[in-house]
Amino acid sequence: MPTTLNIATVPVSVDEDKCIAHKGCTVCVDVCPLDVLAIDFVKGKAYMKFDECWYCMPCEKDCPTGAIHVDIPYLLR
Amino acid sequence: MNTHIQTVDVLVIGGGTAGPMAAVKAKEANPELRVLLLEKANVKRSGAISMGMDGLNNAVVPGFATPEQYVKEITTANDGIVNQKTVMAYARNSYDMIEELDRWGVKFEKDETGDFAMRKVHHMGTYVLPMPEGHDIKKVLYRRLKRARVEITNRLVATRLLTEKGGSIAGAMAFDCRTADFHVIRARTVVLATGAAGRLGLPASGYLFGTYENPTNAGDGYSMAYHAGAELSGIECFQINPLIKDYNGPACAYVTGPFGGYTTNNKGERFIECDYWSGQMMMEFYRELQGGDGPVFLKLDHLAEETISTIETILHTNERPSRGRFHEGRGTNYREQMVEMHISEIGLCSGHSASGVWVNEHAETTVPGLYAAGDLACVPHNYMLGAFVYGKLAGESAARYCAEHPLPEFDEAQVERERERVWAPLSREDGLPPSQVEYKLRRMVNDYLQPPKVTRKMEIGLQRFEAIRADLDRLSASNPHELMRAMEVHAIRDCAEMAARASLYRTESRWGLYHYRVDHPGRNDADWFVHVQLQKQNGAMTCFKRPIEPYIVKLDEQEKTAYQRLRINKEEKELCQQL
Repeated sequence: MPTTLNIATVPVSVDEDKCIAHKGCTVCVDVCPLDVLAIDFVKGKAYMKFDECWYCMPCEKDCPTGAIHVDIPYLLR
Repeated sequence: MNTHIQTVDVLVIGGGTAGPMAAVKAKEANPELRVLLLEKANVKRSGAISMGMDGLNNAVVPGFATPEQYVKEITTANDGIVNQKTVMAYARNSYDMIEELDRWGVKFEKDETGDFAMRKVHHMGTYVLPMPEGHDIKKVLYRRLKRARVEITNRLVATRLLTEKGGSIAGAMAFDCRTADFHVIRARTVVLATGAAGRLGLPASGYLFGTYENPTNAGDGYSMAYHAGAELSGIECFQINPLIKDYNGPACAYVTGPFGGYTTNNKGERFIECDYWSGQMMMEFYRELQGGDGPVFLKLDHLAEETISTIETILHTNERPSRGRFHEGRGTNYREQMVEMHISEIGLCSGHSASGVWVNEHAETTVPGLYAAGDLACVPHNYMLGAFVYGKLAGESAARYCAEHPLPEFDEAQVERERERVWAPLSREDGLPPSQVEYKLRRMVNDYLQPPKVTRKMEIGLQRFEAIRADLDRLSASNPHELMRAMEVHAIRDCAEMAARASLYRTESRWGLYHYRVDHPGRNDADWFVHVQLQKQNGAMTCFKRPIEPYIVKLDEQEKTAYQRLRINKEEKELCQQL
């Protein structure tokens, strides 16, 4: 079946200067109820991999360096 | 991809609210038991209270209410269809649970003398206990789990229960949403605490995950219990909530009501007497939205600055802290604007209405060895405190069951079939993406099941859900995460079919908007003063009646109809003003 790659803006953004995933931190990935965050191993930074967000904010609250910001998903804003 | 087999005594599925309590209580009842808490996300931040909770909605506190009064209130709020023994078991254990949580470090509001600061929100009694600092509740639970030495596994998605030949419970099967490894957990007893079916209807925003419930709660437990042969009850009593439009979180009239906030129509007038969520209240809300006096708003702009800042602090730091950001984006300031509200998509959730897996007052389901607690278990209006109480009852019952039952045999063929079903989407390269199938399925739920319920529409809905059943065999997943979404679509489809069949079966109207059938507009106690049960019988989804157990608390005539009189009577009000 033919498929396409749609682009979507995602609600969770990561300040890469503050993110310490390269030091082994995975707090935001661990606490997400929907498991939508991941670590980019090449960059050593966290990012939002799947646009399936409940804008619930454990990732932002539990991040030890304040690198995460959760926006309301565009469709709801 | 590997298969792992392990054996425990008590398997608790779901690490949100009821699950951790069940695990701790089973372990406390018998520290020798091997208790495993299996969670789809991460126990530290999972379930409906992932970020905390701002209050107990149904606290039965001595001096404010008796268990008997509470049983009356809920019997009336649920239009008589309750097994009062289950509600009474909650009510009698409610205060002990509050005190225990208080000792554990959960913060409840207290007055200057140290007593719990109760508030009145319900139609009849006083049951709301605020938790303005309720954001730490998951941390408190996590500490207790560690102290009790409960084993925990995260990121395992349970898909089916294991049963032995006689039909009693033998464990569960799950897969890892990071690796797709298959897990067989043999257990002497299982506690299901997987939360609501919160991803049933599609939110008006069109965003699949913009649901009222934590969308991780996709109805997995309803589907698992059904396929294990358990009875479900009250499925036709949908969950529909009055929410902040688009944001789809609670406007929290329970929090704001005691401070003087209230729900109004577009003229700024009150139209309901009581903001406690019930089907009758939702019906008035729906009428206002449809009748030209909508939208409906939460009104706070008349309150004093100090009051508004207190409300802001509570609402923007507990249950749904991103709410402040939503209001900011829209330019909504409680001081100047009212908050626009709307009606939610449908879901199944006994925490708010009554739809769930049938349990008795010991949290036993109809499957021997299987217990259920929390939003998934049919004890009407149970909310968070009910999840804790039934978690406790389930954990204690499970520990007792273990004392009398050896580890059951399990069926290799059952495991083989399930592993094949679960892994199938990974090897299908040319299939349907789970997100598309889910979108279509949930849009059909809106089109055909959202009340007012119309017979012909629900029948067409069933045909559509049947067509989507065929699509399940075409789902493909390119990674374990997508596999989780694919398997959730299976559960959501089961829930959609259950919602349609139970609704068609009850040919009367009851619970206000929750079960308003246009073709059967009246309440018919002669034929329908019964529970509607739903069960898999010989492979088919079957509905039948279960009589209501004789009431243990009698209601007088005036109490029986109290929730039918929620709309403010304008003429009467004007007359009073003239006098």
